[in-house]
Amino acid sequence: MECARLPAKGLDEESAGWLRRLGADGGERQAAERELHARLIRIALAEVRRRSAGTPVAGQELDDVAHQAAGDAMLAILRKLGDFRGESRFITWAYRFVILEVSAKLGRHYWRGTPVALDAGQWERLPDRFGIDPARHAEAAGVLAEVRRVVDEELTAHQRRVFVAIVVDGTPLDALAAEMGLRRNAIYKVIFDARRKIRRALVANGYLEEPGLERR
Amino acid sequence: MSDLERLDRFLRTDPRDVGCDEATSILHVYVDLVAAGEDAAGRYPGVAAHLLACGPCSEDFAGLLLAVTSG
Repeated sequence: MECARLPAKGLDEESAGWLRRLGADGGERQAAERELHARLIRIALAEVRRRSAGTPVAGQELDDVAHQAAGDAMLAILRKLGDFRGESRFITWAYRFVILEVSAKLGRHYWRGTPVALDAGQWERLPDRFGIDPARHAEAAGVLAEVRRVVDEELTAHQRRVFVAIVVDGTPLDALAAEMGLRRNAIYKVIFDARRKIRRALVANGYLEEPGLERR
Repeated sequence: MSDLERLDRFLRTDPRDVGCDEATSILHVYVDLVAAGEDAAGRYPGVAAHLLACGPCSEDFAGLLLAVTSG
């Protein structure tokens, strides 16, 4: 595990200031909370707009997602203030909450107005998913047929469902995680294992060459 | 890059890859190092490997880096 290292020196001045003000009483604390919340809203609005091309959410609803993300991030920050150990600047630590909230909320909103089809199996689009030049689809047909064979015959049912949804049908990973009630990491691990299994089969059958990066 | 190389690149896995949970848990530390121009990938190779392979975590990284560098 790659643990974050604590700073050799104390906190930077800005971070110490945030902690002091957020831990103060009365008006000073309220002013700090208002300032932080305003910053979180600004960051959340910028982030939903940056991601707008990849979500069906638009317009006022997108702004609403940003405000909800900022509100939820604010609550989490205040609840976990004691966990901040100064491994980064305070504001970076705080902004992480709002970025992750935006990410999670947009994942959950993906299916809004979109029929849930986790097994559409649009295999004909696989060459495009891998960025294969349309003029060379026929050339790539052999190796892609082998990918499909491994998916059909060697992956577990769970691996196959996740691989088809993510890689073949292009479902966003966070949207699939939300739909299946799983964490992002759980879905990623399934895809990671499926990639390894498929590559090993392609190497064994002469489509790809070793060495790969795999060492375990 | 040839078509086969693109496919191979997607299928290759890096054993240093720490996964989403660990990468997310120290994303703020990693981003501060990148923003400061330090060798974040050298200090946290497993996070760097993960960010290269995971689209959603890479998006979070890009968003957080933009947030802290845009003021």
